[in-house]
Amino acid sequence: MSHLLALDVGWGTTLAIKTIIILALVPAGALILGYTFLLKMMSHMQSRLGPMDPGGFHGWFQLIGDGIKFIQKEDVMPEGSDRRVFAMAPIVILMSTFLIFVVIPAGPRIVVKDIDVGVFYALAVSSLSVIGVLMAGWASSNKFALLGALRAAAQLIAYELPLLLAVVGVVVQAGTMSLQGIVFAQQNGSIFGWSGIGNPFFFTQIIGFGLFLVAAQAELTQTPFDMPVAESELVAGYMVEYTGFRFLFFYIGEVGTAFAFAALAATLFLGGWAIPGVHGAMADLLGPIVLFVKLMFVAFLFFWVRFTYPRLREDQLQALAWKVLIPLGLANILLTGILKVAM
Amino acid sequence: MSTTENPPMPEIQLEPGALRHLAEAQVNVELDTGDMILNLGPQHPATHGTLRLVVRLDGERVVSADPVIGYMHRGYEKLTEYRTYPQITTLVNRIDWLSSFANEVPFVDAAERLMTIEAPPRAQYIRTVLTELSRISTFYLFLGEMALQVGALTPAFYGFRDREYVLNLIEGATGGRFHPNFNRIGGLKDDLPWGWISETREVMQKILDGCDEFEDLVAGNEIFQARTKSIGIVPGELGAAYGMSGSNLRASGVDWDLRRDGRPYLVYPELDFKVWTHPDGDSYARYWVRLQETRESCRMVLQLLDQMPSGPIMAKVPRIIKVPEGEVWTEVENPLGQMGYYVVSKGATGPFRVKIRSASFSNVSIMPWLLRGVYVPDVITILASLYFILGDIDR
Repeated sequence: MSHLLALDVGWGTTLAIKTIIILALVPAGALILGYTFLLKMMSHMQSRLGPMDPGGFHGWFQLIGDGIKFIQKEDVMPEGSDRRVFAMAPIVILMSTFLIFVVIPAGPRIVVKDIDVGVFYALAVSSLSVIGVLMAGWASSNKFALLGALRAAAQLIAYELPLLLAVVGVVVQAGTMSLQGIVFAQQNGSIFGWSGIGNPFFFTQIIGFGLFLVAAQAELTQTPFDMPVAESELVAGYMVEYTGFRFLFFYIGEVGTAFAFAALAATLFLGGWAIPGVHGAMADLLGPIVLFVKLMFVAFLFFWVRFTYPRLREDQLQALAWKVLIPLGLANILLTGILKVAM
Repeated sequence: MSTTENPPMPEIQLEPGALRHLAEAQVNVELDTGDMILNLGPQHPATHGTLRLVVRLDGERVVSADPVIGYMHRGYEKLTEYRTYPQITTLVNRIDWLSSFANEVPFVDAAERLMTIEAPPRAQYIRTVLTELSRISTFYLFLGEMALQVGALTPAFYGFRDREYVLNLIEGATGGRFHPNFNRIGGLKDDLPWGWISETREVMQKILDGCDEFEDLVAGNEIFQARTKSIGIVPGELGAAYGMSGSNLRASGVDWDLRRDGRPYLVYPELDFKVWTHPDGDSYARYWVRLQETRESCRMVLQLLDQMPSGPIMAKVPRIIKVPEGEVWTEVENPLGQMGYYVVSKGATGPFRVKIRSASFSNVSIMPWLLRGVYVPDVITILASLYFILGDIDR
């Protein structure tokens, strides 16, 4: 990054810039996804317009206005709640979202920190949010919230394993756990000897991609697997007692995590920032845009499913995870390993 | 959260070979947690208003469920004693507010039978068309609403969107979108407006297309089927014993429809229609039966429009309506089930007593039996599939 700006900045300044970018990324991503998919795409799928007036052009200002509204609201803490835990829960959830972005590369040199075990790290910090959900549910002193939180905890194992197994195939094929390394492996790879577009693992790891999407849907508590929120049953699950700014945190956390997982899926399976024929400094310039386009495609898939399907029951998710997803994931790893050795 | 103390360890006499059972019993007692009492409602999105369910939960499993009703009691049976017959139609179409026109018909029918007058054929046909239209609008809302309760957001909007066409038709004919108050004793207030019949034909086609869409999007969805099939099974005999009626009972395999089997009313005897039943009696069967009945109603409306006679829409009635002394019981097949009025007249301008038999009250009375042992998410789908209107329960 410093080469691009032709500036020689110290580590403190770099750190500050990186922190600001990460801090800005999550709300910005949440706004973009929230506007594009939650407001506009969903409205059009349901044959309505969605917000059209705020801001002049297709209601682009709506979410910002909503944010301002949330800030004005009274901060209600229910009687009998565990006040400190209640206040910390949204922060824990939001933190896990911020931490994922640390390892996601947006160009050959644009990455906050390329960790050797990047994939492992990203999946680990993403599971932190469940702690926040449990905290919120417990501290609310509300039965609906508690049921929602316990569902979220029960759901954790059901989707975390398929998520990991889905990624193992990619790691085996790329030979590295660093996200930057995985992108390079896709850019320089070849599909059965043909290297025209590199080797986006979307083609060779199609099962893994499907598994990742399904498991990520559960991680994001989106509809078929939104039992912890379950609007028609638990009203809003663990969020039921939250108001104002704290609720906004949950909202940003929810959509921001969708943004992060879309970026992760784009990096792991769609080649991340890489497009054929672009290398070096040019890739640094185009990388963020390319990643954004791919990410939006994955997010589209997430939200498309969300708006179409009904909700499963908790025990049905467990059955799906243990009887379908995990065996599929293991078979995928076996297949990848055999092909890796044979090719 | 209310947790009770663990019960004290029972004194168990050791028998040879019973050691393993003792260990199991001990584990069970240690893992036994207190039940949690959860109040679903009176303000809960899935209860369509103000139904309250006091659910005793063991984890997510329902130990017992007690419906608490009466939050919407408006005292219609008493109010009718202080109104004249023409005024009462305003009241009764607020009982089940989704199919208001269908509520008026049996009451007007009761008054007409007591007065031994009969509405002219055209009025009867228009009444039948409007009754079937309110059935379509009620069921169409259900088709989307049920998907919403199972967790899919989009079909609910489709349901609302297409129902609006039907409501526009009802508004076009009667002037009221929800509460038409269009029936008069001896006929109707007005004839149909110009162009209404051809527009109705178009809308019926839209509804039939929409039903195909619901069949693909909701009824054909694997997750929807997994959530509703073999959930909340009502055996036909038990349902009938609880007084269930309408689509809920037909979904349990009981082939009983008052339009065909009851005392002939309106022009149903002249119509060619099929009564749909489903053998399973689960939530999916109730959805499926209503989907088919929506289609059947569309076909009935098209049939009625083809056969619509011309002529007057109002019989000769005195200006001040006084109903001769007598008692009469009318029952009809409303969208939600059997709806009846028992009217006692003492010869005045208003009834002496009216007893209203509404379908939802009996339909939900099976809930304590039905909800025992299911999971919390299934409580919601079963509630949605029974399809009740709070005004119809509490009156």
